Amino acid sequence: MLDSRSQNTIADEHGGGDQTVLIDIEDLSVEFPVGSGALFSRNRAVVHAVDDVSLTIYKGECLGLVGESGSGKTTLGRAILRLQKATRGRVRYEGEAMDEMGGRDLRNLRRKMQIIFQDPYSSLDPRMSAGAIIGEGMSIHKLAPDRATYSRRVAELLEMVGLNAEMARRFPHEFSGGQRQRIGIARALAVEPDFIVCDEPVSALDVSIQAQILSLLTNLQFELGLTYLFVAHDLSVVRHISDRVAVMYLGRIVEVAPSADLYRNPLHPYTYALISGIPVPDPRIEAQRERVVLGGEPANPADPPTGCHFHPRCPFATEQCVVEKPELREIDSSRLVSCHRAEELTLEGV
Amino acid sequence: MPLLEIEDLKTYFYGDDTVVKAVDGITYDIEEGETVALVGESGCGKSVSSLSILGLIPSPPGRIVDGEVRFRGTDLLQLSASEMRRYRSRRIAMVFQEPMSSLNPVINIETQLTEGMMTQLGLTKRQASDRALELLETVGISDPERRLKQFPHEFSGGMRQRVMIAIALSCEPDLIIADEPTTSLDVTIQAQILDLMQTLTRERGMALLLITHNLGVVARYVERINIMYAGRIIEHGSSTDIFEKPSHPYTVGLLNSIPRIDRDTRSSLDPIPGQPPDLSRLPIGCHFAERCRNVIDRCENEYPHTVVVEPSHSSACWAAVSVFSDYAAQPSHA
Repeated sequence: MLDSRSQNTIADEHGGGDQTVLIDIEDLSVEFPVGSGALFSRNRAVVHAVDDVSLTIYKGECLGLVGESGSGKTTLGRAILRLQKATRGRVRYEGEAMDEMGGRDLRNLRRKMQIIFQDPYSSLDPRMSAGAIIGEGMSIHKLAPDRATYSRRVAELLEMVGLNAEMARRFPHEFSGGQRQRIGIARALAVEPDFIVCDEPVSALDVSIQAQILSLLTNLQFELGLTYLFVAHDLSVVRHISDRVAVMYLGRIVEVAPSADLYRNPLHPYTYALISGIPVPDPRIEAQRERVVLGGEPANPADPPTGCHFHPRCPFATEQCVVEKPELREIDSSRLVSCHRAEELTLEGV
Repeated sequence: MPLLEIEDLKTYFYGDDTVVKAVDGITYDIEEGETVALVGESGCGKSVSSLSILGLIPSPPGRIVDGEVRFRGTDLLQLSASEMRRYRSRRIAMVFQEPMSSLNPVINIETQLTEGMMTQLGLTKRQASDRALELLETVGISDPERRLKQFPHEFSGGMRQRVMIAIALSCEPDLIIADEPTTSLDVTIQAQILDLMQTLTRERGMALLLITHNLGVVARYVERINIMYAGRIIEHGSSTDIFEKPSHPYTVGLLNSIPRIDRDTRSSLDPIPGQPPDLSRLPIGCHFAERCRNVIDRCENEYPHTVVVEPSHSSACWAAVSVFSDYAAQPSHA
């Protein structure tokens, strides 16, 4: 495992944001008990949704977190915010361990960390006006001293996300999906956070609206100096917003790399398969692309395969992969991968 | 003669005092054995148009108000309900987006697979079961004997979609309509399912109508593309035409909105401003005029005629030819 000092230099060299560490995740695990009736039995079966994950998020960067459904990416995002209790491990925010915090400290920290949800339909209270939704956090954290400041700030936020100030009085059902997602973004920004977990913020939207929201998120990041953890299943969306990308498979991080390197030259066979599965909207390029279509489906997280979790689907798996768990290790100064054969494989990106 | 010809099809939905023009006069065709795409965003009418082909529009409130849907020359819209039933699954089969909700949760896979073959092909239960076994193998489901007896909830999303494909293939139709067949699936599974559909329809000489919002998917699998916007087809052409010489500002906007996995510039997205129009209050002129960068006075007053840009490539835009040159002039697409 890298110490945080050498990781600092990495970000520096690759321009992947500021060199200071904002969030440091250390050996984090989240387990869920499964199976009914097993509640009181001693050996309850558990799903390792997040399995011993270590990851660093630098100030000012956008770290993409990619994986298929069931990979644990959303759980990891929620565990970082302490919306989900971790079973083991810890998260440090600016060097301070969050699990040791409580009361006022935690409440203060919660203001600095926000989340934008996937579904713009279920994440807004239908009985609250857009203005009340956006302003609620400001009231809780006492950020607006008087009514006039409050209203002015709500109006500012609406305009910041590309809506009109008059829309504050409207209710969620009066907005389209893209507009609702803008309200969700304004709500997150209202408490002036430093860090935002964007949990699949565009996957429920149409292509043309998706592009609008992605551009908005990028602009806001630059204007306000935000740090993002951008959780998504769509690798092409992630490429357009992230400085670095972490790939998850069945609860484990399998690869971390600066965005451009990951796509050009993936090191993990799973990353390679993900990239090759995504079509390029250009028939000529498509015709020439080398592709690998993975056999099988992601394994059941309650009963993951031995050794490398990916081995049953991996075209390059050997005997070693079946028995031995590959550690996430450093390949060069900026890249981490957990594959026994990373050095010998040559995998083509896009 | 093409396998399927759709001519000036109009499907409207009637509310208390509104008329939603979901499909507002579309015309396209599909040749025997060909793969054609119908691309558009939610609410553009692409699914309504495909349900109209099979007479599956709920009525009321929906009604096909005009047009013809000719299958090998027979107008399907003139058929009686029982005649139509003989076309469904026997001639034209459908694969829906949600494999979860399109399979019956309380009936096992075998019954769902054999039902069509027994009623449509007149097979005995034994014959149909044997074929069901073969079909599951064909669509890549391992251990088919055991799987046949299982229920939909015992299958993953990708496996359910394979079952749906097996059902669609079961009566050997001439055309399969796949409405967003992979949208609810994971990326690695999407590639598996689309490859499977392509191989199977090619082997059997079946035509495939792929309805999707994802232009990227289309690039890999189809020969011709129809782009829909607010109830109408606004551009039609071969796959190469659409991607290399898009001739409608909406198509250009869509292409510029797609985050491409082979490009890494963070600012390369160029979104279309605004939102699609309300289908119950469509403008007199071009439906896209309000969001269009190339808009001229004429666009607001008169719906554009279809301009033939090249043989087999047409666009419903008053400025069709110049749109193409604008797109080509952008360095990122050179």
